[in-house]
Amino acid sequence: MSGHAIAALFQRPHYWSDVWLQMDIIGVGSLPIVALTGFFSGAVMALQMFDTLATFGATAKTGTAVSFTLVLQMGPVLTALMMAGRNSAGMASELGSMAVTEQIDAMRALGTDPIKKLVAPRLLATMVVLPLLTAIADFIGMFGGFVISYFVIRLSPTQYWTSTYRDLRVDDVVHGLTKPLVFAFAVALVGCYSGLSTRGGTQGVGRSTTQAVVAASVMILALNLLMTQIFVRG
Amino acid sequence: MGSPVLEFSKVTLLFDEVVGLENVSFRLEAGDSLVILGVAGSGKSVLLKVALGLYRPDAGHVYLFGEQIDGMREKELHGLRRRVGMLFQESALFDSLTVGENVAYPLVNQSGGAPDDPEGIESRVREALRFVELEGALEKLPSELSGGMRRRVGIARAIVNGPPLVLYDSPTAGLDPITAHTIMTLILKERDASEVASVLVTHRLQNGHLLANFRYHPASEELRPAPRDEDGRGSRTRFLVLRQGRLVFEGDQEDLNRQQDSYLRNFGTLSR
Repeated sequence: MSGHAIAALFQRPHYWSDVWLQMDIIGVGSLPIVALTGFFSGAVMALQMFDTLATFGATAKTGTAVSFTLVLQMGPVLTALMMAGRNSAGMASELGSMAVTEQIDAMRALGTDPIKKLVAPRLLATMVVLPLLTAIADFIGMFGGFVISYFVIRLSPTQYWTSTYRDLRVDDVVHGLTKPLVFAFAVALVGCYSGLSTRGGTQGVGRSTTQAVVAASVMILALNLLMTQIFVRG
Repeated sequence: MGSPVLEFSKVTLLFDEVVGLENVSFRLEAGDSLVILGVAGSGKSVLLKVALGLYRPDAGHVYLFGEQIDGMREKELHGLRRRVGMLFQESALFDSLTVGENVAYPLVNQSGGAPDDPEGIESRVREALRFVELEGALEKLPSELSGGMRRRVGIARAIVNGPPLVLYDSPTAGLDPITAHTIMTLILKERDASEVASVLVTHRLQNGHLLANFRYHPASEELRPAPRDEDGRGSRTRFLVLRQGRLVFEGDQEDLNRQQDSYLRNFGTLSR
């Protein structure tokens, strides 16, 4: 199915209205949860890192620690995990309900390829919005780190924000935004596959939804390990 | 005799170890009707899905409009499927689309999602909904409709592009007798008005009886007994009976009524 869905991205007909709709559902709909996740991750990281850095007398590096961890690891992974929980599950339950009520068969009977109509728009939309959401989560996470640094740790804003961006290289940002592009495949394809292969009525829909979240989450963590290895070891 | 619109030749389909269909053969000519009877799980719905290429047989061949479809790729099947109307058991309307959008789907889909003539499509959608007496439901969502109304919308969607073959999967299952009669009247109306070939899967015996022995009378808008020929056999309707995926009877209603087998007698008694 993955190969078929990727090929469908380049074949006519393109269901652009479905792509926009999915970008709205997946992207705009996920903004609050992604923003909250980013904020609290950044805040807790600042709190934790300050404690560790204080033992080395390097509390001025709190911003650096927060931005590095967020941009390279926590931002992409946590955003993708939130997306797996929200969107892989949503795709699995929506397509699963369609499968058990014969809507997928009806679509094929009416001469439409369900992969092109249902899977390709969801994949494309996820590939576009996941890197954007990750960038937003990274930024809000840094802001969360700033709130803790300023109000709890009492670092000056200049000290925090300077250390946040000064040590970050373009390569780090590129790596941090490449990961969500790859995670998008896990989020969308696992969700769609679980949905389309649903059997066994409403109970089956529940099973597919759970299976989608678990499989997508594990896949994201495994892909993150693999990509970190590639980026770090070159 | 021309090329049949649908032909099964020794078709066998297995779901793991379970038999879906076993060595099933039959032909359906243009304009004729086929009533497929059998108890639940006998393979009736599976047969319709094989006819559309939704399931591929493990053995045997299926010919749709003279073309062998069992070896066809999914992409090649799309064009042929657009010439077949299908009413699914629970209607299978798309939940996220309005009634009007559901009925327009086959027409919009034929134009690759960007119709050249949206006004023409709207007029055909209204015509199809008028045919099933649901023009007022154009903007409603399927969730706002009753079971009978959903079947009627399903029929409108199946016939909107004027297919020469329409497949009906248990169109009256779960409906009250009055609504079921309305649905059957619409099926006969479509068959008799457009001379389309019809395949009706049912376990409601009255449905087969209506299809075989009645015709739609446009002036009175009701069903009337079909005129019978010199042999006393009036219709172009044949009956198939399935049992555990095997075809155990093929013939007309008179033949079915004469059967002594206890399973087949279940399906012949009503029309005796």
